[in-house]
Amino acid sequence: MANPTITVGNGNATEVIQTSGDKADANVTPRRHLLDLDDLSTKEITDLLDSAAGMLEITNRDVRKTPALRGKTIITMFFENSTRTRVSFEQAGKILGADVINVTASASSVSKGESLLNTVKTLQAMQIDALVVRHPHSGAPYFISNHTDASVVNAGDGTHAHPTQSLLDLFTVRTHVGDIAGKKIAIVGDVLYSRVARSDILAFQKMGAEVTVSCPNTLLPDEWQLGTTLDASTGFGGLKLARNVDDAVEGADVVMALRIQQERQDAGHLPSLREYSDRWGINAKRMALANDGALLMHPGPMNEGVEISSDVAHGAQSVVEEQVRNGVAVRMAVLYTLCAPGKSSRLSGGDEA
Amino acid sequence: MAARKLAITGGRVIDPAQGIDRVADVLISDGKIESVTENSSGSAPAGYEQIDASGKIVSPGFVDLHTHLRDPGQEWKETIVTGTRAAAHGGFTTVCAMPNTDPVQDSAAVVTDVMRRAALAGTIRVLPIGSISVGQHGKQLAPMGELADAGVIGFSDDGHPVADPNLMRQALAYSVELGLPIINHAEDKKIGAGGVMSAGAVATRLGLAGVPAEAETVMVVRDLQLAELTRAHLHIPHISTMGSLVALRSAKERGVDVTAEVTPHHLTLNDEWVYGLKGEVPATVGSQAYDTNTKVNPPLRSRTDVDAVIEALSEGLIDIIATDHAPHATTDKVCTYNEAAHGINVLETAFSSVFQLVDAGKISVVRLIESLTAGPAAILRRDLGSLKKGFSADVAIIDPRRKWVVNPEQFESKSVNSPLAGVEFVGRVVTTIYQGETVFDLSGGAVGVNSGAKLGAKQ
Repeated sequence: MANPTITVGNGNATEVIQTSGDKADANVTPRRHLLDLDDLSTKEITDLLDSAAGMLEITNRDVRKTPALRGKTIITMFFENSTRTRVSFEQAGKILGADVINVTASASSVSKGESLLNTVKTLQAMQIDALVVRHPHSGAPYFISNHTDASVVNAGDGTHAHPTQSLLDLFTVRTHVGDIAGKKIAIVGDVLYSRVARSDILAFQKMGAEVTVSCPNTLLPDEWQLGTTLDASTGFGGLKLARNVDDAVEGADVVMALRIQQERQDAGHLPSLREYSDRWGINAKRMALANDGALLMHPGPMNEGVEISSDVAHGAQSVVEEQVRNGVAVRMAVLYTLCAPGKSSRLSGGDEA
Repeated sequence: MAARKLAITGGRVIDPAQGIDRVADVLISDGKIESVTENSSGSAPAGYEQIDASGKIVSPGFVDLHTHLRDPGQEWKETIVTGTRAAAHGGFTTVCAMPNTDPVQDSAAVVTDVMRRAALAGTIRVLPIGSISVGQHGKQLAPMGELADAGVIGFSDDGHPVADPNLMRQALAYSVELGLPIINHAEDKKIGAGGVMSAGAVATRLGLAGVPAEAETVMVVRDLQLAELTRAHLHIPHISTMGSLVALRSAKERGVDVTAEVTPHHLTLNDEWVYGLKGEVPATVGSQAYDTNTKVNPPLRSRTDVDAVIEALSEGLIDIIATDHAPHATTDKVCTYNEAAHGINVLETAFSSVFQLVDAGKISVVRLIESLTAGPAAILRRDLGSLKKGFSADVAIIDPRRKWVVNPEQFESKSVNSPLAGVEFVGRVVTTIYQGETVFDLSGGAVGVNSGAKLGAKQ
């Protein structure tokens, strides 16, 4: 396989940017899908983050456009409302020169009318290169990947995974702290229903960080016991389950608050959002327990005054907007890695996973 | 046809109802069992057609207390014709049809229609189950007396547990006079609402909403208390949790009139099968994961629960095996896990899958066959499930060494929703005889190929 360097237009100048592919072992089958981070090696993750650094530089230019994916068609297919993730992918694809088509549908209307399978087969027939999928059902991108030759990118599936969010979180933390290994990450919020929590726990653990979560016991899986450290049989070995939020935040290098939704109160998981805010909300007092200079993160959208107070959300330690900015660069890296010319021979159908 | 005389010779005859386990000949005439000989003569008496069963096990035809034939109403999934053929291919000669048809079997008219069509076009015997409540809505009792007169063998709202405890109490009390069991799918739908698989590490890893075992257990406990109150016969379908077994044991010790069944899949598969690797736990979630053919209610449980139900079946705490054969069309399964219908296609793999437990030394073959024959017949209180003189000549002949690979595309069932596709089994039903007639015969045939005679519907 030729070194997959790409030529990138920069105004009148032309340059060659280094991409993850340059370091890839020629014997390794090119990655076809990004469904979760669990099947990525630390090297693959590091390569993607390195590639994202180059992409970030492109997004900061006056003319944010490269022809790297010119002639490629990317479809974003969102079965769930999302503004930031969809726009982020769309912008990433467009900066790379791809044609990006946005499809929105509700999962319920699809199941009543055209099945997800038929939707995918229809799009497949149009010779697309990548399908970026957000779906309320866990595993939907896995299902889709079995029925299309296009690269599938999981943009969030049910309560299972959100790998590009985790990559941008890793990228953001790495930018500030350098090596992630050994760092303490506190994740506070709805672990039971959060795909961000699941993917981030796996991602940060994989990169050598020590992860602690804190949330009401009603928002933990039944088999997880507060005050313990999970063993390997859970699939999240080493994860610490703090008894209370202060224990989790104390000494942390990164504090991540997760969105808490009104439905949790309605379903009886919480007495009230007010009580949640009081007992688990991240505020200045709790941030003071973390290490000096600790980062405050939130995957968005934020409920200010509930899981995060406004002062810290927009304070000096907050990197929330940076996360959004980095999201575009990380998604550019992902789309480039999966779709760049010469990566696969989709037309010949020769690289069945 | 009625004059056919048949001698099944030289097989190991296992008839738990009579305590028979010996090499013998089974003589059949006029569609009835004539006798089981003391020893095998090795040849058929004059005038008898011979089936050489040497090296094989000769069992009464199996009786399934829990089958979904989908007919009337969902004939694209299964019909009485295809479902009874599938049953015959699995060694079953009697199946009890669950009432979640469309219309529901909640009136004599529907029940009579099912029985009439089954007698006309079915390969084997179909006994209907009536619903507990009108339309299975859990509001008003179905006309249970009328249904009993029409021939139902029990009452069930199947996948719709009777949530109202008072309605359950009345149903149990009303059933006493009719002498028929109440079969209540034991699940508190509010605990773990929205769950699509068993709660636990696999569900957490896959991000699938989990149903805790306690959703079943609390309902089993409630139903047992109400059965004790009313002195009615409660039959617990597809029992699957350790907690349910604790409650069942205690109730049986107190003398509650309760019986329980377990399915082949709850005896042999666990929640790790949802990873799609036939029970293997992968390091990473792969594209085979979210195997919708593993979606079933009650969900596939933990290894611990599986070990517990095997032991309970072996010792007789769980009375019988029933299939909960639940055929579904491809469109119901080729979708996301959340969207997929609950249910597994079981009839044609049932015996082979549970027979692996015998090979593994976890249950005796005699107890296994009892749980498929004498056990269910005792719950039905009918002259079935045994080779007693004068009983219907219903026989399953098993080759304990026959290897085969499950290929659902070759099922007689109209549907292919089995998680066992590609699994190799040792031991298989090779011949099924119903009322003295051969309704399934797997003569010859290469390993892995279902070359069974596709015998047409009886006219």
